[in-house]
Amino acid sequence: MEAVLLGMVLMLSIFLGFELIAKVPATLHTPLMSGANAISGITIVGALISAGAQLGTVSTVLGALAVMFATINVVGGYLVTNRMLSMFKKKETGNTGDRT
Amino acid sequence: MSIELINVWYIVAAALFVFGLKQLGSPATAVRGNLLSSVGMLLAVAATLFNAEVLTFEWIIGAAILGAIIGFVAAEKVAMTSMPEMVALFNGSGGIASLFVGWAALYNLDNSTFTYITIVLSIVIGGLTFTGSILAWGKLSEVMPSRAIVFGAQRFVNALLLVALLVCSVLFCLDPSSTSPYLYAIVGLACLFGVMAVLPIGGADMPVVISLLNSYSGLAACAAGFAIHNNILIVAGAMVGAAGIILTNIMCKAMNRSLTNVLFSGFGAAKQASKVEGEVKPINSEDASLILEAAQSVTFVPGYGMAVAQAQHVVRELGELLEQNGAEVTYAIHPVAGRMPGHMNVLLAESNVPYDQLVEMDDINPRIDNIDVAVVIGANDVVNPAARTDENSPIYGMPIINVDHARTVFVLKRSMASGFSGADNPLFFGENTRMLFGDAKASLSEVISHFK
Repeated sequence: MEAVLLGMVLMLSIFLGFELIAKVPATLHTPLMSGANAISGITIVGALISAGAQLGTVSTVLGALAVMFATINVVGGYLVTNRMLSMFKKKETGNTGDRT
Repeated sequence: MSIELINVWYIVAAALFVFGLKQLGSPATAVRGNLLSSVGMLLAVAATLFNAEVLTFEWIIGAAILGAIIGFVAAEKVAMTSMPEMVALFNGSGGIASLFVGWAALYNLDNSTFTYITIVLSIVIGGLTFTGSILAWGKLSEVMPSRAIVFGAQRFVNALLLVALLVCSVLFCLDPSSTSPYLYAIVGLACLFGVMAVLPIGGADMPVVISLLNSYSGLAACAAGFAIHNNILIVAGAMVGAAGIILTNIMCKAMNRSLTNVLFSGFGAAKQASKVEGEVKPINSEDASLILEAAQSVTFVPGYGMAVAQAQHVVRELGELLEQNGAEVTYAIHPVAGRMPGHMNVLLAESNVPYDQLVEMDDINPRIDNIDVAVVIGANDVVNPAARTDENSPIYGMPIINVDHARTVFVLKRSMASGFSGADNPLFFGENTRMLFGDAKASLSEVISHFK
């Protein structure tokens, strides 16, 4: 039964993802991709559980490796996305400061 | 914290991801969107640390600090021109993380057969995402040749690999254990398959590969979510998977090719395009600046060559001068210009081009007849009129920016070499085309100096 429930969650999430992304303009495709990529680092949650649950050395080491790679993905992904997005500015009229 | 309470926090995190992705849809709100999504991630991580199963923290802290430093340095140091490589590497690290999560899940007690199947899935998708991304990185950074590498028995070898992978997976699921030899076989075959899958895909098709690998990294997280029965992994992973698939689809449409065609056949070796003959009319930078001075409307059409020449800053400088001169300036960007979706937009944004001047192909084409000057910088295939007219051209049917319909076209080019597709470009021989030969950055600087 649990598999069915998880499958339901999967199906709804995929449709939600399609709806959310389909409207993003081409200008933002690169930041969108790196932002989505950062979200895929969510696997860090699973990594934390594996690394912290004492189920033997192998499992802990695998978990720790997963934590490291997922953290690269998360930290790097969000930072680089932020760096890119903060470069996108609207046309400035006269003044040089950022308009919000 | 009880499992229920942790799951409540996961719901909050998922909601933040959704809002974050939604706000990424407009340049005005995108920064906040990314921030919301990162807060969601922080919440999910923090809640997980309160999970009763998490007993020891030494390993976690060490690994997280190491990962954070690597991620931080990479994100701060990377040049905007190398963004495709960076994203490829991040995809890869997400992929291998999911592989390890799946693998470690084997050590959980009371796994059902369904769980073992999803464990295999997360190992397979994670592994091929990892090696595929590394190879994509190699091609993008030109550590290795960026062209498609095709050999005779390729399809046969790939099919064989796939069958072997399937057989090992079934055998493993019949008798699952963390020491099963089939486990190692699956890991190895998945990694090999990632390499084989990206090998036959070349330079200009890279936007498709990056999008697809992005999708896979999400799906790998999703599979890992099934493996450890975790909702937030499934939700977030599936959303990323969907996002990647949409981008992949957009890229394929922009090249008028099917995904299978991109994935399995190296580019257009079969067809021989009609030879184009005619006279090329070169122009010097002084005459170019005079024409630009008289222009009422100018559109720049950048391609990967602009990134290679690092010409984005001079392009913006010229654009500003033309605006001050009273011309209407736009930047028309083809969906597959550059090496990843939206690559040109990021480069131009970096050099302070306001995003309201960046226009899409479908916006510029209807009014391109009224554009006085179209300046093509390092783009070739995406402005090749043969895509409309020559049925024998390898890029026939691909939607292009119709710069040849503009009143005057300047093409900045190093030499007369053809574009990635190898197709001749009739644009260069057009009645209204003027070729400005030389390095794009140097040529534009010269034009600017005459302008002033």
